[in-house]
Amino acid sequence: MTASDVPNTRSRTAGEKKFDGFFVGLTTAFAIGTGLLLLAISFIILMAAIPAIREFGLQFVIASTWNPVQDAYGALPMIYGTLVSAFIALLIAVPLGLGVAIFLSENFIPLKIRTVLVFMIELLAAIPSVVYGLWGIFVLIPAMKWFFGLFGLQFIGPSMLTAALILSIMILPIIIAISRDSLASLPPDLRQASLGIGATRWGTIFRVLIPAAVSGIVGGIMLALGRAMGETMAATMVIGNSNQISLSLLEPGNTIASLLANQFAEAKGLQVSALMYAAFVLVIMTLVVNILAQVIVSNVKAKYD
Amino acid sequence: MTSFRGTSPESPSLAGLRKNSSRPRDVFNIIMTGLSVLCVVITLIPLVLVLAFVTIQGAGSITPALFTELPPPPGLEGGGIANAIIGTLIVVAIATLISVPFGVMAAVYLSEFSKDGQVARWVRFFTNVLSGVPSIISGVFVYALLVRTGLTGYSAVAGGVALAVLMLPTIIRTTDEALNIIPQEIRWASIGVGASRYQTVLQIVLPAAIPSILTGVTLAIARAAGETAPLIFTALFSSFWPNGILQPIATLSVLVYNFAIVPFEPQQELAWAGSLILVLLVLLTSIIARVVTRQKTY
Repeated sequence: MTASDVPNTRSRTAGEKKFDGFFVGLTTAFAIGTGLLLLAISFIILMAAIPAIREFGLQFVIASTWNPVQDAYGALPMIYGTLVSAFIALLIAVPLGLGVAIFLSENFIPLKIRTVLVFMIELLAAIPSVVYGLWGIFVLIPAMKWFFGLFGLQFIGPSMLTAALILSIMILPIIIAISRDSLASLPPDLRQASLGIGATRWGTIFRVLIPAAVSGIVGGIMLALGRAMGETMAATMVIGNSNQISLSLLEPGNTIASLLANQFAEAKGLQVSALMYAAFVLVIMTLVVNILAQVIVSNVKAKYD
Repeated sequence: MTSFRGTSPESPSLAGLRKNSSRPRDVFNIIMTGLSVLCVVITLIPLVLVLAFVTIQGAGSITPALFTELPPPPGLEGGGIANAIIGTLIVVAIATLISVPFGVMAAVYLSEFSKDGQVARWVRFFTNVLSGVPSIISGVFVYALLVRTGLTGYSAVAGGVALAVLMLPTIIRTTDEALNIIPQEIRWASIGVGASRYQTVLQIVLPAAIPSILTGVTLAIARAAGETAPLIFTALFSSFWPNGILQPIATLSVLVYNFAIVPFEPQQELAWAGSLILVLLVLLTSIIARVVTRQKTY
């Protein structure tokens, strides 16, 4: 028996054991740290907002003046703008997105072409929002001016509607991706049973597939809503940043995110804290929407796995 | 007997099952199919328009000077965006250095060491929610944490940290998925020949997952390079060459924003050129990522 045949049966040294434990501990710490990051973000923003919370209390969310000169701050116009622009964006994007998701989950066209289409829609999501904003300023706004000019309407350019249009383009990919996933993950038996008893393709889609996938679709819409409420650059570049509520969609407005983008770099004193308060309101709004969306989406996954 | 014509071998009672483009339910089918095609077309129009305008408007400004010179003073012709290109590289490098080790280690815990799964479930949940947090909130967070407290002030580091927060969920998710694909037998084999847990992870499992992890990291980097909102009030902007990582720094995305909203044509042209570079970056990385993920080790 030569030396090389003898298996190395030495036990691990104390140092190796220690390092092994240390390594596992380190990964655990990083994982838990990531989990806590969200709490840390909310907490730090809340801490920075305390002076403004003391000063304005809940009045902040119903007052509608934003006046850095007199240090009077109310975020109602921005909250209104955030919600309205996001909802109009959904109104445009949901029917479109559902149509595309159905088209891509059915076998209308060969799989290869569908894969290319899916890739193109992913690209739509990958284009930086500042590029959409630039495009909005120099292409979409002139186009809308021309369009409204046809009806003799005055259109200044930056407006709630412009922002909502751009937002709808940006949230389409999320709605499409998640609706398509939830349609595609349905058991094939559902479709076969429906077709087998004589339903047409679209009869099957409307009466069987969509009802079965509805919670996933709703989850996707919620995620899109969260994205639309928090989207900053594209909105701030085309919404006009007017801190007043105007009911017309063709008038400028503002969102919380674009308020932050505009004022943070030059803010002083109480204004910083008021902006932090506004940011905290935005965090709460998006957290509620996102947590609901995650719960819905993960329940759907559990159902058909 | 009049509903179908002569030579078909089908019995008359089957006629009702054939497609007939004048029956309401078949008309409805045709209309709905048409509408869904229309949806696809409408969805792709913005993509085509954005890509076309960015290419047409940006391509004219692609000159050697663009990559070697500083931006011109307001209103003047010429110049380039070299400082912003370098700035973006620096800020994204800082973000990558922070988020990749952090994210990969967290994902290793999730897929390798979490025994009961309860902790892992919560971490995954919070990571998913974190990826839905608006990017500007990450900027506000870093502003409160590093800029206002004076720890780094407006600087490349602050911008890098803000981007790292945004990259983290993507890196954790893609690494987690990449590790889950690695067959369990490989781990058993490694432990069977006496490797310890860190040896199994560092020498066996991670190397096998490297292509997919790199793909995830590349995509995260491309997205981060285009992010503007978290940088406006953390990295700020600078018209000059980068001057150390604790100073305000120019980045491509903030340059596009700043130059898009000024009324000077030369600046606007530079904004289009910057956009073209950002879009090309995203386009290339997306395509490369797609090609790389096709090659699997196992």
